[in-house]
Amino acid sequence: MTATQLQAASPLFRMEGICKRYGGVRALEDASLAVEAGRIHAILGENGAGKSTLIKIMAGVVAPDEGRMLLEDREVAFRSPAQAAGAGIACVFQELSLIPDLSVADNISISNPPHRFGLIDRAAQRRLAEEALARAGAEDIHPRALVRDLPLSRRQMVEIAKALAWKPRILILDEATSALTAGDVAKVFAVLRRLCSEGLALLYISHRMHEITEIADDCTVFRNGRNVASFAAGTRSGNEVVEMMIGREVSSVFPPKPQRRREARPVLACNMFSWSDRLHDITLEVCPGEVVGLGGLDGQGQRELLLGLFGVLRGTTGTVSIDGVAASIAGPGTARAGRIGMALIPEDRKTEGLMQPMTVRENLSFAALDRLSARGVINRDKEERDIDEMVRLLAIKTAGLDIPVGSLSGGNQQKVVIAKWLMRRPRIILLNDPTRGIDVGTKQEMYQLLRRLADAEAAILFYSTDYDELVGCCNRVLVLYDGRIVRELEGAGITEHALVASALHVDAQPEAVA
Amino acid sequence: MSEWRYWLNEQRGTLMGLAIFLLMFCVYITNHPAGLTVNVAQTAANKGVLLAFIAMAQAMVVITAGIDLSVGMIFVLTNCIASWIVVGTPMQTALGVAGVLLAGTICGAINGLLVVYGRLQPIVATIATGAIYFGLALLLRPFPGGSVNEDLADALTGRLFGTIPSSLVALLGVVLLVWLPFRRSEIGRAAYAAGSSEAAAFMSGVPIRRAKLVAYTLAGLLAGMGGLFLTFFTYTGEAAYASGSGYTLWSIAAVVLGGVSLYGGRGSAVGAIFGAFAARTTGDMLFVFDVDPLWQPLLQGMVLLIAISIGALGLLRVRNRLDWFQ
Repeated sequence: MTATQLQAASPLFRMEGICKRYGGVRALEDASLAVEAGRIHAILGENGAGKSTLIKIMAGVVAPDEGRMLLEDREVAFRSPAQAAGAGIACVFQELSLIPDLSVADNISISNPPHRFGLIDRAAQRRLAEEALARAGAEDIHPRALVRDLPLSRRQMVEIAKALAWKPRILILDEATSALTAGDVAKVFAVLRRLCSEGLALLYISHRMHEITEIADDCTVFRNGRNVASFAAGTRSGNEVVEMMIGREVSSVFPPKPQRRREARPVLACNMFSWSDRLHDITLEVCPGEVVGLGGLDGQGQRELLLGLFGVLRGTTGTVSIDGVAASIAGPGTARAGRIGMALIPEDRKTEGLMQPMTVRENLSFAALDRLSARGVINRDKEERDIDEMVRLLAIKTAGLDIPVGSLSGGNQQKVVIAKWLMRRPRIILLNDPTRGIDVGTKQEMYQLLRRLADAEAAILFYSTDYDELVGCCNRVLVLYDGRIVRELEGAGITEHALVASALHVDAQPEAVA
Repeated sequence: MSEWRYWLNEQRGTLMGLAIFLLMFCVYITNHPAGLTVNVAQTAANKGVLLAFIAMAQAMVVITAGIDLSVGMIFVLTNCIASWIVVGTPMQTALGVAGVLLAGTICGAINGLLVVYGRLQPIVATIATGAIYFGLALLLRPFPGGSVNEDLADALTGRLFGTIPSSLVALLGVVLLVWLPFRRSEIGRAAYAAGSSEAAAFMSGVPIRRAKLVAYTLAGLLAGMGGLFLTFFTYTGEAAYASGSGYTLWSIAAVVLGGVSLYGGRGSAVGAIFGAFAARTTGDMLFVFDVDPLWQPLLQGMVLLIAISIGALGLLRVRNRLDWFQ
C-alpha cells in the first residue's frame, strides 16, 4: 500500500499520546497508533516494548495515565473488558482467557449467552458454538468437550472462535497463534483475510516473523514504550525490522554449528520407548555436545516423550539408558540426581517452571537446594555465589533478587527457569518449546546459550514448534508423527521444507540442491 | 466421542457421589433388621435432608472456590427464629416461614458482601460471622424451647400417598426451583467461571462479583431451609453449638463425597445432596451393626475415610503424574 492510500482512509480507531506507568516503570511513553478497517496491522517489538500494555488499554483491562482514544473520531474510554467488547473490540490474549471447567460452547458464549425464559438457551448456544467453530475452521472440536481436556493448540482455536463469535469490528490477536500447528495457522489466516475483506480491522501481534510477512498489510514497531516506526509490510527486510525492534545491529541469528564428533558415546538413549497410546517404539540417542531437535506438528507426542524420559509418566515400556547402562527413572527426583543429571525445561513456565509469587532468588535455587546445603542447612554464601553467576551468565534483567519472579518480563522469567536447572550443571538437558512467546533478543541469547552448553559437552534434546529454530540450532532433528519417529534429518538435510513435509507425514521429495 | 460420553464426563463427580451413596445405602439396608420399609425410608430421608440442605448451601459457595464456615450457624440461628415465629394461623405461619427464609438469605448476603466487597478471606470472614450468628441464636434461645405449627411440620416430615417421604419431595422441589435455574442462568455460569479461573472470567467480561454474592446469598437461603426443617423435626428451637459446627464440617465432607472440587469450578449441588446422604449413612451404618456408642465417632471417621477414598480411586489411574496437580 502506498502512503497516499494510507492517509486517504480515515482510521477506524486511533490512540494518541498514550502514557502508562506501573510504579516507577514506564511501560508506554507518548505512544500512538492508527487502525484502519479492512486492514491487518502487525505490531512488532521485544517483550517489554509496551505492546502488551497498549493492547490491554485498547481492550479495557487497564486505563491509560494520559492520552486519548478515538473510535470513528469520537473519544472513548473503557473501564472494563466488557465495555471495550461492547464497543466492538475483541481480544485474543496470549494468556488464554478460557474457563477450563466449562465446555467449549459455554466458553464461546460466556460473555453474552443466548437467553430463553430468563435462562441460558442451551440449544441456541450449541448452534452459536458450532457456527463459531466452523467460522474459525475448527470443526474437529466438539462443543460439549470441556476446555481442560483439550490440548493447547485446540484451546487457542476455541479462543479464536470465541472472539469471532462476538462479531467484533476490531480484533486483536496477541500471540494467538503461538501454539498452533502450521495447518491451523493457514486456516486461521484464511478466515482473517476473509473477515478483513468484510471490513474488520485486525491487530496482529506475533514473534513469528514469517507469519507477519505473510499476513500483515501495515507494520508498527515498538521499542521502549514508543512506536518507533510504521511502514507497509514487505518494504523492510527481516534484518532491518529486527534492528528496529532491538535498537542495535544483529549479527547472525543462530550461532554456527560445529561438526558433530562421531566417536562420542551416547549419554542418553532409549530403545522401543512407548507409553499409553501416545508414544510408540521411540528409539533415539543423544551424544554429549549434540543438540537433537524434536520436530513435527504440535501434539504428536513430543511433550510426552520429554516427560517420559524425565520420569513423570507412569507405565512406560522400553528401556532408557544413561551412558550405555539401563536406568530406571522413577521421577524428576531421580532424573536430576547425580549419576543421571537430567534437567527438563517445561513448556508452561507459569505452572510447571516457576513459583510465581516467590522471589527470583528462591526460584533460582529450588532445583539445586540439595547441592547448596549441608545436613539440611542451606549454605547462604554458596547460594549467593551460584546465583550471582547464573544471573550474569544468562544476563537476567531484574530489579533485584528479592522481588517476586512473576514481576519479570516473559523472556526473563524463562531465563530464570533455565538458570534454575543450570545451577545443577546438568549433563542432559530436555527443552520443551522454550522460546514460545519470547522476544527476538532473548531468543537469540537462548540459541547462543544452547550452543555454549553443547560445547561444554551437555546432551540436549530440544522440542520446538518454530521450524526456523530447529533448522538453526540442531545437529539432528527427529520428526514425530502420531507418537512415532517418522524421519531423522541430519546436517544440511535439516531444511524448513523437509521439516514441514515430514511433519505432515507426506513422502518428501528428494530436495533439489540449490 | 458420542454425545453421552461428553455428558458422562461433565457429570462424573455427581455420578460418583450417587454411586458412593447407593453402595453405602445398600450395605446399610441389607443389614438393617427391618429391611427397606416405608418407615425406614422416611427416617433415613428426614435425617439426610437436613444435611442435604446444608451441603447444597456449601456447594454453592465451594463452586466459586470459596468456603462458608457459617452455614451450620445459619442453620442453628434460623432454627431458633423458626421456633418463635412459625406458629399460629396458616397465614401467620406462612409469614413466619417467609421470615425465617429471609433471615437465612440476609445472613448469606452479609457473608457475600464481606467476601466480595470487603475482600476478606472467606475462611476467616465466615468464622467470624458464624460466631455472630450463633451469638444471636443464643440470645433468642438461651434455653431450648419454643414451638412450631405442628400441622405443617407433620405434613413436611411425613409421607405423601402413604409411601413417599415428603421431606424428599420438598428437597426435590428446592432443587427444581433454586438449583436448576441457578445452574442454567448466566449468573450461575459466572459462578462456575469465577471458581474455575477467576482471571479468565474477568478477561471475558463475566460478572464475577455479582455471581459470588448470589452464591453466598443462596447458600444462606438454603441453610435457612435446613433450619426450618430442623424445627419441623424437633418442634423446638435450640442454640446448639456442637450441632452447628458439626453440620458445617460434615457439609464440607458431603460436598467432597458428592464430587464438588474444593478448588472450585467443578461439581454440582445435586452431587452434594448425594454426598450428604452418603455421609449420613456412615452414621446409620454403625447403628445397624450395633456398635458400642463409645466407638461411634472413631468408626464413623474411618467409614468416611473409606468413602472419600472410593472417590479418589480415579487418581490411581493417572498415568501422567502432572495430572495430579491440575
